[in-house]
Amino acid sequence: MVGHSGLEPVGRRPESGGWTPAVLPRMSTLTLGPFNRVEGDLEVQLEVADGRVREARVNSPLYRGFEQILQGKDPRDTLVITPRICGICSVSQSMAAAYALADAAGVAMPPNGELATNLVLACENLADHLTHFYLFFMPDFARPVYADRPWYADTEARFRALSGSAAGVVLPARAHFMHIMGLLAGKWPHSLSLQPGGTAKPVQAQERIRLLAILAAFRHFLERETFGDPLESVVAMDSARALDAWSARDPGRGDLRRFLRIADDLGLAELGRATDRFMSYGAYPGGGTRLFRSGLWSDNGPQPLDLATIAEDMSHSWMVGVDALHPADGVTIPDAEKARAYSWCKAPRLAGEVLEVGALARQLIDGHPLIRDLVAESGGNVSNRVIARLLEIARVLMAMEDWVKAIVPGEPFCGQTAIPDEASGVGLVEAARGSLGHWLAIRRGRILNYQIIAPTTWNFSPRDTAGVPGALEQALVGAEVRPGETTPIAVQHIVRSFDPCMVCTVH
Amino acid sequence: MNLLWLQSGGCGGCTLSLLAAEAPGLFETLAGAGIRILWHPSLSEASGGEVLDLLARVEAGETALDLLCIEGALLRGPNGTGAFHRFAGTRTPMIDWVRRLAARAHYCLAIGTCAAFGGVTAGGSNPTDACGLQFEGTYPGGLLGSDYRSGAGLPVINVAGCPTHPDWVTETLMAIALEGLTTQDLDAYARPRMYADQLVHHGCPRNEFYEYKASARTPSDLGCLMEHLGCLGTQAHADCNTRLWNGSGSCTRGGYACINCTSPEFEEPGHAFAETPSLAGIPIGLPTDMPKAWFVALSSLAKAATPERLRKNAVSDHIAVPPTIRPTKLR
Repeated sequence: MVGHSGLEPVGRRPESGGWTPAVLPRMSTLTLGPFNRVEGDLEVQLEVADGRVREARVNSPLYRGFEQILQGKDPRDTLVITPRICGICSVSQSMAAAYALADAAGVAMPPNGELATNLVLACENLADHLTHFYLFFMPDFARPVYADRPWYADTEARFRALSGSAAGVVLPARAHFMHIMGLLAGKWPHSLSLQPGGTAKPVQAQERIRLLAILAAFRHFLERETFGDPLESVVAMDSARALDAWSARDPGRGDLRRFLRIADDLGLAELGRATDRFMSYGAYPGGGTRLFRSGLWSDNGPQPLDLATIAEDMSHSWMVGVDALHPADGVTIPDAEKARAYSWCKAPRLAGEVLEVGALARQLIDGHPLIRDLVAESGGNVSNRVIARLLEIARVLMAMEDWVKAIVPGEPFCGQTAIPDEASGVGLVEAARGSLGHWLAIRRGRILNYQIIAPTTWNFSPRDTAGVPGALEQALVGAEVRPGETTPIAVQHIVRSFDPCMVCTVH
Repeated sequence: MNLLWLQSGGCGGCTLSLLAAEAPGLFETLAGAGIRILWHPSLSEASGGEVLDLLARVEAGETALDLLCIEGALLRGPNGTGAFHRFAGTRTPMIDWVRRLAARAHYCLAIGTCAAFGGVTAGGSNPTDACGLQFEGTYPGGLLGSDYRSGAGLPVINVAGCPTHPDWVTETLMAIALEGLTTQDLDAYARPRMYADQLVHHGCPRNEFYEYKASARTPSDLGCLMEHLGCLGTQAHADCNTRLWNGSGSCTRGGYACINCTSPEFEEPGHAFAETPSLAGIPIGLPTDMPKAWFVALSSLAKAATPERLRKNAVSDHIAVPPTIRPTKLR
């Protein structure tokens, strides 16, 4: 859909190269959708002026009402229902529900329980990173719009949607890697193995060995196809300069180097900058600490994270109410007719501020030197989001190898849990695409209130009462719209760089 | 054959499950059956206007629609408007798109329990007035009505499951593409009998515990999950324990109850999912085709005869008592 708010004659612009229309719309509105290769349905509305995005509005067009469905149910049923919010973050949702119940019941997991649940969550997160890079994000560079670039032929052969050579090796590797789910979670998505006290699936001696075999095969795939180098060399890169040197050392070897070449040519580090304010809840607990630290990154440095200051604004959401509420007091009543509203998504803010979450936030806050340096150089952008995601695959796979070795078959995997009749609990998880929180209130043994803030709720939120746009809405401003484009390619790169999950966003 | 896939009130999990198809993988399987993907929201290059142009050609009958796969429940609310899901890029409710496209489809498939019967999206107070394509829970009707027949003269084929197994989808598509499908191939809920004529109980590795009613008490116990932990595997129609998931998995192998997710209204079992309701110590849901008196008699006998090994292992998270080694040679 293209709408014109005004037309003015323009001369031929020499930099535009090819086709130039006799008249160019001065201001136009573009409605982008169905916006595919994201999880779920997405619509983006753009105000375009002089070949650039001037304003963006992001609409999450699907509402299912999980927070309403959960009301009045037995709290334990959250373990069945919440994973079904999302087929791609299913385990993350399970884990958040299990943590919320554990918080409410005051139980802790035995070491085996922590190790096994970390492995299941890590398996989902890495499979999601892989799916995102190979199936959702890279195929855009195989579009004919880039046919004049020197890297096009190679990219087209490798990443073309449905037919590129990468899919032929990635899908089997992903499927074999997910045998971890068969062993530890019964199936994926929608397992019921993750429990407040640990896991319902105890790992036997033979299964522990089998897990090591699966991880070794996946490591081999990553080192051959994705990185063209041992994982140790990838995680050892400690600066932007080191990344450049690594890339130049063996051009075109591995898909990360293929991406870096494209990113360099297209200036993806200058594309899609949002707020440069990041949050991570921290990930993968073990013995009282976490593999990845939690925190807030703002004003170019780490800051204390105060979760009490989270509030969901509803001024532009199709929801009854306007006031920003903390999720522990949150209310979800849909109102499809609400004036000024343009999305089913609420607008979460931390101390009133817009945040970006995801692998980039996680690695930045955890303090990985490469990501710290890249963000210091160019902030949050399309290129850095993708690099952080691939780096995280390498880091987490190495941790998974250690977790499997640390499992002791025969020791307990699951603590006993009795859910109190009156309690509240919070479950915080890092899903592949960022910070996921569940807030649970139990009264008389039933769910009184259940509120969920998903990663893409943060990243793709609509405007708030003050009119401040969400992270993606900010990131899209300034993106190039080429003459004749109705679904601008730059906009597609920016949107997909967040790895959005729209079914989680609204739930 | 052309395949068009659309998603509405679901989680996308049936697509993600499908991507884990193996030996052979998804793309090889479809190609081998001569199935071409016209458009899939997660996999295709086309976005925005390119997709809307394609849908317009399908609606106009210019592009054949052999296989229409719908994933996710159909959201009729609020107040019959369908506004809980307007297809992005259009102002049109997805239920209208589905009605129009289903009228053009030679075969129409509901992928997953949401699209088949409403599923979890229709749970609780069903805030979005969700239903399946041709069922609303156990009741025929749904979005398209019980009289709907696709071009091939079939009702909607319900590849139910939450999620569906990748093979249930690929094998159904292959059967259609290679040999066609008839109503004889579908059960009373229009599920393909290839997998729906099995029970989840078949091939369950906990069967020895089941035989003696040696039951698990708490998550991570090895015993049978039926007596206390909510397992419906003896009643659930699916081949999960003979086909297996993600290599070697299934729900009961993963340590938790089968919740009968291929069935309409599984989302509202009337009790906590992980707890077996019982009357005077007897589970209310008996194994399929088992008369109650027989079950009671057999169970009490089996319980009395439970070997020590099974009694102990049933409430352990590892093999506490290994089987005795006995010579089996006839002397």
